[in-house]
Amino acid sequence: MKRKKRSGWAGILFLLPSLAGVSIFVLVPFLDVIRRSFTAAVTGAWVGLANYRTVFANTAFRLAASNTVRFTLACLPLLIVISLALAVLLQSLTFGKNLMKSVYLMPMAVPAASVVLVWKVLFHSRGLLNGLLQKLGFEGIGWMSTDYAFVVLVISYLWKNLGYDMILWMAGLAGIPVEIYEAARVDGAGEWSCFLRITLPNLKSSLYTITVLSFLNSFKAFREAWLVAGDYPHQSMYLLQHLYSNWFRDMSFDKISAAAVVTALIVFVLIMLLQKAWDGAE
Amino acid sequence: MKKKVIHILIFAVLCVPAAIICYPVLFAISGVFMSQYELKQYLEPVLGGADGMARWSMIPQIPTLEPLVKLLIDSPQFFVMFWNSVKLTVGILAGQVLVGVPAAWGLARFSFPGQRFFYTLYLILMLMPFQVLMLPEYIVLDRLKLLDTHAGIILPAVFSTFPVFIMYRFFHGIPEAVLEAARIDGAGNFQVFVWIGIPLGSAGIASAVILGFLEYWNMIEQPMTYLKTKSLWPLSLYLPEIGLEEAATGFTAAVMMLIPALLVFLGGQEYLEQGIAAAAVKE
Repeated sequence: MKRKKRSGWAGILFLLPSLAGVSIFVLVPFLDVIRRSFTAAVTGAWVGLANYRTVFANTAFRLAASNTVRFTLACLPLLIVISLALAVLLQSLTFGKNLMKSVYLMPMAVPAASVVLVWKVLFHSRGLLNGLLQKLGFEGIGWMSTDYAFVVLVISYLWKNLGYDMILWMAGLAGIPVEIYEAARVDGAGEWSCFLRITLPNLKSSLYTITVLSFLNSFKAFREAWLVAGDYPHQSMYLLQHLYSNWFRDMSFDKISAAAVVTALIVFVLIMLLQKAWDGAE
Repeated sequence: MKKKVIHILIFAVLCVPAAIICYPVLFAISGVFMSQYELKQYLEPVLGGADGMARWSMIPQIPTLEPLVKLLIDSPQFFVMFWNSVKLTVGILAGQVLVGVPAAWGLARFSFPGQRFFYTLYLILMLMPFQVLMLPEYIVLDRLKLLDTHAGIILPAVFSTFPVFIMYRFFHGIPEAVLEAARIDGAGNFQVFVWIGIPLGSAGIASAVILGFLEYWNMIEQPMTYLKTKSLWPLSLYLPEIGLEEAATGFTAAVMMLIPALLVFLGGQEYLEQGIAAAAVKE
């Protein structure tokens, strides 16, 4: 931000329509939600931290929260490592680069609703995947009715997000000056040591960004989960998103208020970490 | 020579995951050309009518367009839902451009008190998941009597801060000297914005629109939460209601929904990549 910018209030005029809408639809009502999280749903009386206590003591919340954390911890490292490997390989291609990029990015364009039927046929207990397993001499797996439902969720998430993360990594890779590699090669460095000594250290700031963006995209995995398994899926894939939308249907606004405030706080802390990483890299 | 072999090897390695990634889409597309009878033969075990395992063939035995014709002619509700999806997506994107382009310009090209604060605020809001915003939006929509209307889905989405952030990145990259030259020629703030800012930032606008299209065409959470009347539903909510018993209709409708998204994707892939990368590269 060293660039000289025009100072003046005209900038606010440009921002104003957007800011007004954001205030009406998000900021003001969110403050109201914070207030509600400390009051009883029906009477509106002040109850202090009671709603928060109810939420944290709720068994459904504990299940959903631990599933969500488990899902995130399983998915993020997988997604980040695989997409980095793909990005590095793709970067080095001399032909077919654009074709490959299109293929890997395509799932981003595929509406979740368009592949529900495919998912159902693939992961049914008598579906195609189990048919394949049987032919190879394995037992079939109850994909949607056992803990494997969690695996289905992870697969869906990876399928959808690999290309997106790959492009993020490639943007990071493109930012590394070619001269460093050339100098290293002159000194006799091999491909692998170039990768370890030059590529990885230079991708540090990208890693923070990619982690946070992937984490936030992981909230959207709910779409696939909901489409395939409905409001009450197998308990291994019951996420916070299911819980919130079920509470919403029951009009348990006191619980959602408290839960929304907690979620917002957690996301906020993560974003601050990202911001710090960005500023630190500048 | 050795180098070429290595590149061919890398290409081959990349082909394996690529094939797996393509499979579900090709699967859905192959289903479009099958009759309900053929689909039933393959899927009978899944439907509970036969023993054994479901089968599939990527090439239909007797290719037919019958389900497609049936869907296009006999199912008026499909058109209603398709039209709902179009209306919601176009409404949201038009609103986002109208409100978001000036906002991004204001944030990127001026310094005013609180400008850094607003930037951070927009960044934070962009990253908040729907589950956090669900109840706040509901409260406002309820007050404004917009629940269960299309306007109630469109308006909150118009003020999403994500497109502002993407366009900010592009506007930020325009050299100040270009704008200064126009100012010396006597152009005011608004003229500089319209005649120089918008054309030079058009790649950013295109990126935001394409990312937005893919997001809102696939929108599920908001209509599921705020729309009770079925005739207002977009395709994304209608499709999951079609079970495997009507697989022919299901696959055909699924691919009809897929086509606009794929066209936008193929036509705008360059901007899509730029838009994704805009979030990754530091200022």
